Amino acid sequence: MKNWNAQRTSLTERLADGSRYASGKTVEAADLSNFLQAVIRPGDRVCLEGDNQKQADVLAAALADIDPAKVHDLHMIQSGVVLPEHLDVFDKGVARRLDYSYSGPQAARIARMLFGGKIELGAVHTYLELFARYFIDLTPNVALIAAVSADKDGNLYTGPNTEDTPTVVEATTFKSGLVVAQVAEIVDRLPRVDIPGDQVHFVVEAKKPFFVEPLFTRDPAAITEGQILTAMLAIKGIYAPYDVKRLNHGIGFNTAAIELLLPTYGERLGLKGKVATRFALNPHPALIPAIESGWVEQIHSFGSEVGMEDYIRARPDIYFTGPDGSLRSNRAFCQVAGLYACDMFIGSTLQIDLQGNSSTVTTSRIAGFGGAPNMGSDARGRRHPSEPWLQSGKEADPDGQAPLRRGRKLVVQIGETFGDKNVPLFVEKLDALALAEKLNLELAPVMIYGDDVTHIVTEEGIANLLLCRDKDEREQAIRGVAGYTDVGRRRDAKMVQRLRERGVIRRPEDLKIDPLDADRSLLAARSIKDLVQWSGGLYAPPSKFRNW
Amino acid sequence: METLSYRHKARERAAGSKSLAIIGVVASGNLEVLVERVLPDTQCQVDINTAAVGFGAVWEAVIADFVARRSPGGLKLSINDGGARPDTVALRLAQAVRLIEEDEE
Repeated sequence: MKNWNAQRTSLTERLADGSRYASGKTVEAADLSNFLQAVIRPGDRVCLEGDNQKQADVLAAALADIDPAKVHDLHMIQSGVVLPEHLDVFDKGVARRLDYSYSGPQAARIARMLFGGKIELGAVHTYLELFARYFIDLTPNVALIAAVSADKDGNLYTGPNTEDTPTVVEATTFKSGLVVAQVAEIVDRLPRVDIPGDQVHFVVEAKKPFFVEPLFTRDPAAITEGQILTAMLAIKGIYAPYDVKRLNHGIGFNTAAIELLLPTYGERLGLKGKVATRFALNPHPALIPAIESGWVEQIHSFGSEVGMEDYIRARPDIYFTGPDGSLRSNRAFCQVAGLYACDMFIGSTLQIDLQGNSSTVTTSRIAGFGGAPNMGSDARGRRHPSEPWLQSGKEADPDGQAPLRRGRKLVVQIGETFGDKNVPLFVEKLDALALAEKLNLELAPVMIYGDDVTHIVTEEGIANLLLCRDKDEREQAIRGVAGYTDVGRRRDAKMVQRLRERGVIRRPEDLKIDPLDADRSLLAARSIKDLVQWSGGLYAPPSKFRNW
Repeated sequence: METLSYRHKARERAAGSKSLAIIGVVASGNLEVLVERVLPDTQCQVDINTAAVGFGAVWEAVIADFVARRSPGGLKLSINDGGARPDTVALRLAQAVRLIEEDEE
């Protein structure tokens, strides 16, 4: 007779094993490793909540401390590989296989461990893709999550950094998996309930807040004139002509420059209320001057940002907030919003090849993708029209029959031709390809595929790839904005000139952009302190961004 | 240190009547450009003092594009370079010409 309850039975056993270390739902921090050893089985799929920002750091340390003789061969399925402990579990032999999405600070070590065979790699995903697989073929047996506080029934308050938690819990608890939460404190009454207690099996009081990194703070003091020039090009050459109202910004300095030019340069161009009004975006401090100047109507966020709590609380008309007043973020929903309801993604990258494929992978660093590919891709399931979407579709297919013609999302890559340490942005061949060969991967880790990219902006100008009619034109359009990199210097000057005459390439002078405007005085805020002033003292930057 | 010098024919005289302008700073990764209206209307000269040795081919390309795009006839530009990237050089050159194009006050 077929047993239909194996997963429920396993959960019942795990609950009984875990209860030996718990009082009600509460596990003491001192017992945490023993507790995890009791409830996790060899070969389990484990989602250790490592988000883009918030980290279940106490649970991560305890997991790295368990005995590999008892628990081994774990399959880690987590969106962010961020803390050293996330990789220690592989070094110690507790975990073997990894499916993930983003690995910013651990990018170099993860590359070494992949080359050394310490990690068996499933795939590098986009956030939405990994979340999707939680519900189909990568459903967690155990989820180790992080929240701000819990009550004795296991109800959780996540505060502004809700991020991935509802998605992870949903996939785990409703498929008979076990959910364990670390919280800073257990309280009698929560400010609001982000995760209902009947979805949470155990809670450990960590007695300290979870680790969270201010990933989205860009100090205006570090913005260069070259970045200001690229920002002017983007605003005048893309935001304005396409009427881009709904968008997502990447986290680089070029987009921070755009945010700081909206109330100055954008205002001068008469664009207020016409562009950049609705965002899928984390609470970027650099957007404060635009918000305060009345540019922005609404922002939905993937996560929060350290220091922005009081500002957000005071601007509920702009941000999504709960009855307690603090931000409610949700990575899965915001990724969906960025994919389907935004008309433009604009962000930086590390390498762009001759067909416009872009990657942040280099041979020694595997940073993963995070959400950029979801924002930076055309949503083939989209059906609602909007001006920018229709106009891009028309540029790509001018002879198509309008009512049957797909629109296109604007996917813009922005950067200076030479990046950090004078490394060229443009390459003949992506390092991602060399990596795929070396690791024998079926797919090279390409962040944004060339056929999704619509524009490339550098200090030399804008290449509109929608207007390119074949592979050669595309290549020369890219070379034509690649400046004095080797790729740029190997351009066909005559063809580039023809592309410029057709408006495929537009130089700053074609857009009547005055190079004298490329000056830091054009930034609405030139320092973190200026941002604090714009916020009326509500923004409280973390100490590493303070010099006063 | 390396010293480079390029002389080009320019299509037309740089606009405006100012005789001298200066922009930028000598700092690491940056440069200072002094521009003087001292040459015949069809001539342009660029003299470079640079801290970075061995980038002659890039300088040559940057200067040639600058002359073709901006047509800085009559101008002599003197560059003190602290190892700036070519994109920064191109921006400063464009800014220098814009400054001297303004009319004398």
